[in-house]
Amino acid sequence: MAVVLSIKGLTKSYKPGVPVLKGIDLDFEERGLTAIIGSSGTGKSTLIRIINRLIDPSDGSILFKGLELSSIEGRHLREARRRIGMVFQEYNLVERLSVMENLLTGRLGYVSPMNAWRRKFPPEDVAHALELLDVIGLADFAHQRADSLSGGQRQRVGIARALMQRPEILLADEPTSSLDPKTSVEIMELLKSQGVNNGIPVVVNIHDVELARRFADRIVGMTGGRVVFDGPPDQLSDDHLKLIYGGEGWLQ
Amino acid sequence: MTQPGAQAFPRIPAGRRQPFHSSWQVKLLALLVAAYAVYALGQLDFSYDRFIRGLDNGARFLSRMFPPSYKNWDQLLTGFIESMEIAVLATFFGVLLSLPIAILGARNLMPAWATWPARLIVTLCRAFNPVIVAIVFIKAVGFGALAGVLALVVASIGFVGKLFMEAIEEISMKQIEAVRATGAPFLSVVTYGVLPQVIGRLVGFCTYQLDANLRNSTMVGIVGAGGIGGALFAAFQRFEYDFVLAILITIIAVVLLGEFASNYVKRIFHV
Amino acid sequence: MSESVALAPMSKVWQRHTLRQKMARTALWLVIAIAVMLSLRSINVIWEFLWDAPEQMMDMGRRMWPPDMAYYPKTVHAALMETFHIATLGTLFSMVFALPLSILAAHNITPHKGLNLFAKTMLVSSRSVNSLVWALLFVAVFGPGPLAGAVAIAFRSIGFVGKLLGEALEEVHFGAIEALKAAGATQTSQILYGYWPAVKPAFWSIMLLRWDINIRESSVLGLVGAGGLGMVMNAAIDTFQWNRVAVILLTIFAVVVIGEVVVTFFRRRLI
Repeated sequence: MAVVLSIKGLTKSYKPGVPVLKGIDLDFEERGLTAIIGSSGTGKSTLIRIINRLIDPSDGSILFKGLELSSIEGRHLREARRRIGMVFQEYNLVERLSVMENLLTGRLGYVSPMNAWRRKFPPEDVAHALELLDVIGLADFAHQRADSLSGGQRQRVGIARALMQRPEILLADEPTSSLDPKTSVEIMELLKSQGVNNGIPVVVNIHDVELARRFADRIVGMTGGRVVFDGPPDQLSDDHLKLIYGGEGWLQ
Repeated sequence: MTQPGAQAFPRIPAGRRQPFHSSWQVKLLALLVAAYAVYALGQLDFSYDRFIRGLDNGARFLSRMFPPSYKNWDQLLTGFIESMEIAVLATFFGVLLSLPIAILGARNLMPAWATWPARLIVTLCRAFNPVIVAIVFIKAVGFGALAGVLALVVASIGFVGKLFMEAIEEISMKQIEAVRATGAPFLSVVTYGVLPQVIGRLVGFCTYQLDANLRNSTMVGIVGAGGIGGALFAAFQRFEYDFVLAILITIIAVVLLGEFASNYVKRIFHV
Repeated sequence: MSESVALAPMSKVWQRHTLRQKMARTALWLVIAIAVMLSLRSINVIWEFLWDAPEQMMDMGRRMWPPDMAYYPKTVHAALMETFHIATLGTLFSMVFALPLSILAAHNITPHKGLNLFAKTMLVSSRSVNSLVWALLFVAVFGPGPLAGAVAIAFRSIGFVGKLLGEALEEVHFGAIEALKAAGATQTSQILYGYWPAVKPAFWSIMLLRWDINIRESSVLGLVGAGGLGMVMNAAIDTFQWNRVAVILLTIFAVVVIGEVVVTFFRRRLI
């Protein structure tokens, strides 16, 4: 399979001399769900946010389908972001807009600000949004304001917003951390199936090892700003987990 | 801060303040304020004698105010229409100019080279009373409503601009981040990420400013910048106190009506 | 918004608003547009003067430079002190009247509809009339001078302080008051020990805010003869001594800046 996203020698330090990421090398292929696991503060979130440049890297290269993401600015950056879908931990919906408007936000990169202001989106975008609402089971909620939804519903809308972009890769930053166990499973199922149906890779930050094992095709374990495990879920042993999370009491 | 619960015990440890007992600092402050008041009253040439004479005057003044006279109602009407026109135009253009200035001045959206000039403009607009600004504009564009409109545009930028800027600085950056992550251009980030979060408060500021401009438009006329204030000042100079009262009653009524109208507008925008 | 879900069966077309919402919004925009257009057409403005304004402003700026600094110690300083006294005394006076009125206006302390309405009417009247208009009234009563100014400032501030304080009183948590009632406290001690501690920070912050506003407002009262900086400014403008006007404007600007610093400092200490 062809490599879609290739990260080489990526470092990031917020304060000089205190690196959060210490040289990450990762390749992502055009199919499959990759789960990045690791304890909090280990740089998972920084890594995933650097890919679409919500955070700027300090050094290294991010090659996305032949496009170097690490140094682009302005219009080129916006055009690259349109191709990358992102799902957030706390959903990050625009609370006072309706569900439909939140979905259409995913098309803002393609619509002129004037038309966006007048809510004039191409009919195929609206049709796509209605389709996605069906997929996520919220067909009746199009007019509801985002702040009236439950956590699980919001995260579905968050995923649908990312899918509206017709992305070539889907990133998810701790999409289940604010949700209960049952809803978490549903969200992971949705991410997995959408990745398969749209034929795009999915990269998920997650700290729940069981969820990662259940849904991921590949697991990347991080600790202290480095990748310490990279392989299929069935190869992830307790020794690896000790290395990733430290200690062992929590394993029993 | 001492908790009230901690003070409710009967025995108060040494050094603890008595419950509900004002400390000596508060007493000293009150004494100083009182001393100041006496001193300042002296400075202002305030005497009991003068006060009584004033009350006498006031009684005569009040009796000349009643009953209010509406016989110059046409003058009242033209003055009020002009005041309202001044208020409408000043609010419209003031808000229109405030929006870009507030967005430029918001430190969470813009770099420092954009924020500090925007903030300087807003501070300057706020520093001077509309009447002083009106006087300056009268010198620039002559007597009349235009000077009043310009002065109140400046006041509106100072008020709406400042509050709107603060409102933008308080928004949730998470929602902005998500809109940015879709590759939206800056203006769309503003319309989809920023505006929905502040539109309710903005509508509130605008209706408040319309209200304030209506009140202030009665004032700028006193220095010659158009509106009902001119008629009011003229009535004072001609000692037509019954007409003065008629104007004052109308001002209060119009301001009250404005308050009802702004509540209605807020309902339309679901605030 | 929730009702729209029931109203609009999901078709393949998406509409942002229901028909009724759309009509209300369109109507509002139409009203705004018509108001602005009508005002623009009928207001008494000579547009040539507006295009000429930048040049006139430049000319004025040139005549203001250099400011006549020697004028400050001679006249401006005394007027500044007078302005300060007017603002501070006015604020203190307003406190005396605003406290009882706010208690009467708060429906949880005064459960009497008639008294509430009376107090609220008084407060609205006080707020609707601009301080400059109040000054005109009191110049007619007390004669020209700072006394009229201080009383005018007080009368304008009563409405402001009373309204905000009344709202703060109405927001006082009922539980604490109930506890006092249960302990058999009288109405007076409920106010002193229940309401007062709860609104004390709000009260001082309102008074500070108003004092800050009053400093600005009292600087213009002199334009109608009520003392302070405005009187000096009026004299300078009438005699076209622009370099003196510049000194006064600079003084006002400095006072506003100092006032803001002082208020920020006290707010941090008090609240």
